[in-house]
Amino acid sequence: MSEAIKFLEPRKNVMSRRRAIIEDLADLLPPECLVHEPRELVPFETDAFVAYRRLPLAVALPKTTEQVAAVMKYCHRYGVPVVPRGAGTSLSGGAIPQEDAVVLGLSKMSRILDVDPANRTATVQAGVTNLSISDAVSPEGFFYAPDPSSQLACTIGGNIGMNSGGAHCLKYGVTTNNLLGVKMVLVDGTVIDLGGKHLDAAGYDLLGLVCGSEGQLGIVTEATVRLIAKPEGARPVLFGFDTSEQAGACVADVIGSGIIPVAIEFMDKPAIEICEAFAHAGYPLDVGALLIIEVEGSEAEMDAMLKSIVEIANRHDVKTVRESQSATEAALIWKGRKSAFGATGRIADYICMDGTVPLGKLSYVLEKTSEIVERFGLRVANVFHAGDGNMHPLILFNANDPEDAARAEEAGNEILKLCVDVGGCLTGEHGVGIEKRDLMRHQYSDTDLNQQMAVRAAFDADWLLNPSKVFPIEGRPAA
Amino acid sequence: MTLIPNTETDAAYVIRNAAAQGTTLAVCGGDTRSGFGNAVAFEDVLSSRGLSGIVDYDPAEMVMTVKTGTPVTEVEAALAANRQMMAFEPMDHRGIMGTTGEPTIGGVFAANASGPRRFVAGAARDSLLGIRFVNGRGEIIRAGGRVMKNVTGLDLVKLLAGSHGTLGFLTEVTFRVLPVPETAETIVISNLDDAAAARAMAVSMALSVEVSGAAHLPQTVRSRFLGGQLPEGEATVLRLEGLKASVAVRSEKLTSEMSRFGPVSRLGPDDSRRLWQEVRDVTPYAGMPKKPLWRVSIAPSAGHQLVAALRLEAGIDAFYDWQGGLVWMQMEADPEAELLRRYVRGLGGGHATLVRAPERLRLATPAFEPQGDAVAALSARIKLKLDPAGIFSPGKMAGV
Repeated sequence: MSEAIKFLEPRKNVMSRRRAIIEDLADLLPPECLVHEPRELVPFETDAFVAYRRLPLAVALPKTTEQVAAVMKYCHRYGVPVVPRGAGTSLSGGAIPQEDAVVLGLSKMSRILDVDPANRTATVQAGVTNLSISDAVSPEGFFYAPDPSSQLACTIGGNIGMNSGGAHCLKYGVTTNNLLGVKMVLVDGTVIDLGGKHLDAAGYDLLGLVCGSEGQLGIVTEATVRLIAKPEGARPVLFGFDTSEQAGACVADVIGSGIIPVAIEFMDKPAIEICEAFAHAGYPLDVGALLIIEVEGSEAEMDAMLKSIVEIANRHDVKTVRESQSATEAALIWKGRKSAFGATGRIADYICMDGTVPLGKLSYVLEKTSEIVERFGLRVANVFHAGDGNMHPLILFNANDPEDAARAEEAGNEILKLCVDVGGCLTGEHGVGIEKRDLMRHQYSDTDLNQQMAVRAAFDADWLLNPSKVFPIEGRPAA
Repeated sequence: MTLIPNTETDAAYVIRNAAAQGTTLAVCGGDTRSGFGNAVAFEDVLSSRGLSGIVDYDPAEMVMTVKTGTPVTEVEAALAANRQMMAFEPMDHRGIMGTTGEPTIGGVFAANASGPRRFVAGAARDSLLGIRFVNGRGEIIRAGGRVMKNVTGLDLVKLLAGSHGTLGFLTEVTFRVLPVPETAETIVISNLDDAAAARAMAVSMALSVEVSGAAHLPQTVRSRFLGGQLPEGEATVLRLEGLKASVAVRSEKLTSEMSRFGPVSRLGPDDSRRLWQEVRDVTPYAGMPKKPLWRVSIAPSAGHQLVAALRLEAGIDAFYDWQGGLVWMQMEADPEAELLRRYVRGLGGGHATLVRAPERLRLATPAFEPQGDAVAALSARIKLKLDPAGIFSPGKMAGV
């Protein structure tokens, strides 16, 4: 287990009252909604950022907003930290608990409450998985656009916490652009509604502030999201290049030409090999870099767009162009891409970076990333959302070797600083969590961060909500 | 006194002084929305006019950084030269507000002013990637950045968008732009009543034809669009944009689906452009300063129900944008705020903003939708965190 990233010291007044707190929580929740035996707490000790683990004090798994409110009211009164959790798929440690915290898991709140085709909205409980929204509205001809790779498992509550993206966000935007409203429990147990089936805020855009706030402003229990009519057709096309530089330059030219495909995904050679071995998606193995470009619409539209894209790719000496010939082939192409992290996990331990860079800097950052990782004596696979500059270098290492793990973390930090230095940011869609918390001062001045923390304090003055995350622990203003 | 700082540093200095002395400031750009919001008690005016110019624009990256006092026309001209645009179609308030100033880009984002494409392409706040602003302590704050995907820290960008200058003085904005579609056309379905129009628009949005504008113009306003050239009767208008080949295919599909609702005709690119600009700027209700004007955001299927219910009790005229979810409503005499807001709540919620009214009525009516106690208290706490001395446009947005 890594130790480089510190957590807040457990609150003594909470730790000493552990038994009493569990007994009190048992009065607030049905027995099946409270977990406190150490053995049963283990599944909650980490998320997908597995290098760090902490056993929580207890886990509450409420079934209703009222139960969430009761737990929050209690924890607020007694100063007990609360760590919200969806499916625990966070890659940045956003759901990792701490010893003095109650984990508030939303997994039992997984009902779809309302599908409204006339208004193109769905209202769901926070524990509903991302993919099940699209599944539920598919018969009506709609889908929910943000599609993180973990969409089979991850919950809409978690998506809101991290303002999740996905491959198809290039055209449709990320969670914040597709979220219309939430029901949310504030730190003191007050329940508020923000937004609804209408657009824009009556006053300050609190919904925009809450989305991406990593569970630090309140507990979202329900969400209303925007639905989009399914396109007539969609076609992913593979473009193979000799080098990553050529592929990167091609991406910038496609976007610059005014064509906005639904998705432009990038894989370098190591990523192609890993994904092909896992998914047998038919990726070309004789190329140095691969783009998956997806266009959608009618046959005529897709043909017209692809013609322009192929012309641009030819200018960058594209080596292979392969269109999917059937729905099965198209599904395989996406399966390969979306299983990239899982497939990588089969061959090595890895940490996944999430910096975003301006499109013009893609090639440069790719080249520098390789240099950095090589300097640390490690390997890297790149698979990411190129159309919006959101990079995902996977740094491969051996978790059983503490020095290797420390080197991987250091290399990752250097890459993220590079992203910031070229005009980008630390995280595009995974969130800051604990992983990037101590890099925040590289992106923001103290004044900037203090302003963010001051606004945070308007919601949670006592740092009870997910307190070890996002903001560097040193230099926090006193509560 | 009007303070017109020429640099961000000067702005910070001016604001620090004002905070120290407790001098209240009315924050403004081009003053084209003066009269919007609740009346502000202020001592000095703080204008962004001195902060002007495009700082950075790389068409290939589709991102532009501009100082906030820059005229919208200058931004649009630079974008047009590269066949790009602001996808959210910022509306021009001068007609309905009866003002004459020059709209600024800072004002657009401070008001989150969006037009017809908003319901599919997002609002001004969705295009806004990064900001620089001076808070009420006189500190210069940077939030967001210049990349599309960014979840690094709290999203103060969204918070400041639409805050009407009450949380900070915006000095620089970075926003995403999009290519201008190769062509545009509009399908007109005639003679639908409001309820039938709502159904037709909902059907059109469920088709895979990517409608980018959906408005219903009842008989009372129809003649005020395109110089009266729209076909007789009510007009339900649906816009298609994109590559020529693609629009042709989608137009055929949409026409065939809509024919079962009523007679369908078609507007070409030039008429289409003009029509949607008139919808955007609420042309039918321009030049009538005495009549109260509401902007209601509600679930699209509830818009016409709201109008039908109100019509029984008050003298109103209305037309619809955003598939029926944006209702522009002009009252004959009294704003009828309580009645209107009660119906909005009864129809599933939303918000009604009093955009225009004679001074006497304006002072007596909360311009923004009153919020529940908990949300109002949160908003007030947030205001204190950004503007502890309460110097920025006090009172403009209700309790804050």
